[in-house]
Amino acid sequence: MTDAFAGDGGRPDPAEPGRAWVFGDNIDTDQITPSRFIVSSDPDELATHAFEDLRPDFSEAVETGDFVVAGENFGSGSSREHSPLSLVGAGVSAVVAQSFARIFFRNAINLGLPVLICPGADAIEDGDEIHVDLDAGVVTNHTRDETYEAEALPEFLQSLVEQGGLKAYTKAKLDG
Amino acid sequence: MSGKTLAEKLLSAKSGTDARAGDYVEADVDVAMAHDITGPLAFQTFDEVTGDDGELFAPDRTVFTIDHHAPADGVQAANNHNAVREFAAKHGAHQFDVGDGICHAVLVEEGFVGPGDLVIGADSHSTTYGGIGAFGTGVGSTDLGTALATGELWFRVPKTLRFEVDGDLQDGVYAKDLILRFIGDVGFDGCTYMAAEYAGSTIESLPIHERLVLSNMAIEMGGKTGLVAPDERTESYLERQTGNEIDLSDAFVSDDDADYEAVHTYDAAALAPQVSKPSNPENAVDVTEVAGTEIDQLFVGTCTNGRYEDIKIVADILAGETIAPNARMVVVPASKSVYQHMLQTGVFQTLTDAGAVIQSAGCGPCAGYHQGVLGDGDVCLATANRNFPGREGSMESSVYLSSPATVGASALYGEITDPREVETKRYDDTVFAEVLP
Repeated sequence: MTDAFAGDGGRPDPAEPGRAWVFGDNIDTDQITPSRFIVSSDPDELATHAFEDLRPDFSEAVETGDFVVAGENFGSGSSREHSPLSLVGAGVSAVVAQSFARIFFRNAINLGLPVLICPGADAIEDGDEIHVDLDAGVVTNHTRDETYEAEALPEFLQSLVEQGGLKAYTKAKLDG
Repeated sequence: MSGKTLAEKLLSAKSGTDARAGDYVEADVDVAMAHDITGPLAFQTFDEVTGDDGELFAPDRTVFTIDHHAPADGVQAANNHNAVREFAAKHGAHQFDVGDGICHAVLVEEGFVGPGDLVIGADSHSTTYGGIGAFGTGVGSTDLGTALATGELWFRVPKTLRFEVDGDLQDGVYAKDLILRFIGDVGFDGCTYMAAEYAGSTIESLPIHERLVLSNMAIEMGGKTGLVAPDERTESYLERQTGNEIDLSDAFVSDDDADYEAVHTYDAAALAPQVSKPSNPENAVDVTEVAGTEIDQLFVGTCTNGRYEDIKIVADILAGETIAPNARMVVVPASKSVYQHMLQTGVFQTLTDAGAVIQSAGCGPCAGYHQGVLGDGDVCLATANRNFPGREGSMESSVYLSSPATVGASALYGEITDPREVETKRYDDTVFAEVLP
């Protein structure tokens, strides 16, 4: 596994500006990672097929530090962790959506991929340059000179993230 | 303070706390499951958190299946299968192989889950177990991999959306029609972060295989689980099916004064057969609205509607008939035991005589991997649970979802057909037990 998978220093910093790749509502896991590719568990290989049917130019053009922005219910459908993992592999800095499906949200946090629930995300247009302040929960759109508030992570999840994610938390529990 | 919902009671019991909706709890897992797609990633997590000498929290309550790409349709799939076999053997877990069937069918049939259990599966349709009163929920591979080591997992205690149905369903109308209607009414994300609870006289009179349909598709409205309070029907089904002694004395039901997010009420008699149009399960309409739509492929199977009773309903309609020449039918039994029942009772013969193709037990083309993938422009009517763009193959194909009876009736004419126009049967749970060896 790459460093990125561990959710540590290998991750791009969402405070750095990057391109927004904008998607609509109800983007399900089949559209993020078409099922024919999820025989692989390798983030780099999965990244080469991210959004392949929905947006064939994505995997070639996405750059480390870019953002995925979406409407309601992003990541609905299957429980496959391959979907957030493909975005980790693609170097996506964070996912900003108006709302998330439950399992995707959980999986992303467990993988150390920042996910922000941001009702104002629909003001972001494809290609806009944005960055995210995770502590303040604010998304800044440099192209439009706008900011949007995101919901803060519940305290429990915040503490899980601060302890290094679920794997680190579990390791500590097993060692304790 | 108000009473508690079934979901709150189940998570209270498993976490040893007085859990209320919105609380975060760490709960004890009774059963953990993963399959050939999600298992390999979970194994990596397990190895990472435990080191080389990791032990499963409970090998006898850990189950791995090989169902999604089974039999293997490529080298990577075959390698995944081997990874499942090796991990299961190394750690002494239960493992079901190619052709044994879909995880959710196997876990119920083989008696791994019971009322009151907390069941986590690295598969989104793990909500299915709610049909027998277990808190079944889908998780990712990291969640599952850590829980395999600790036997614990964190949960946010969900609010509950209650669906109350009273009265008698019309002939030709089944649990599948109910759940498609529920999803249509609350929307694809209408139950996100919440538990669905199904109650009322109609639900109480449903056999267990039909309750499992309701719970299975709770995820198609975003539900964390889909619960039916266990009752004597649950008890007798499980005892007959699995030989396990079921003790309902500690089983839970929601309090009368429980606090629900919302209660949706339905008159069963008023419900027409439902069809969900492409490309979202929430696009549910009365079958009459889409009747006449030409169909290229009919698909009978999946963890939703691939049980013996479902397939028998289709066979009853097709007995002595021929599938319309413009359509083809793919049948994929949910488990090996369903497959064997089909052989023993003549269902297999009836369907092949009518022109259907019957494949080994597993997930089939549901997720577009194999065994009947759709091409550009193909239109499919499926007993499946999802019809997202490209779900069963080409992005240019379309999938309609319905009950087995609607698929059976539509097979006769090669177009979507109201099952009330043909004779349909309804089976209780004893039909599956009848031919057990």
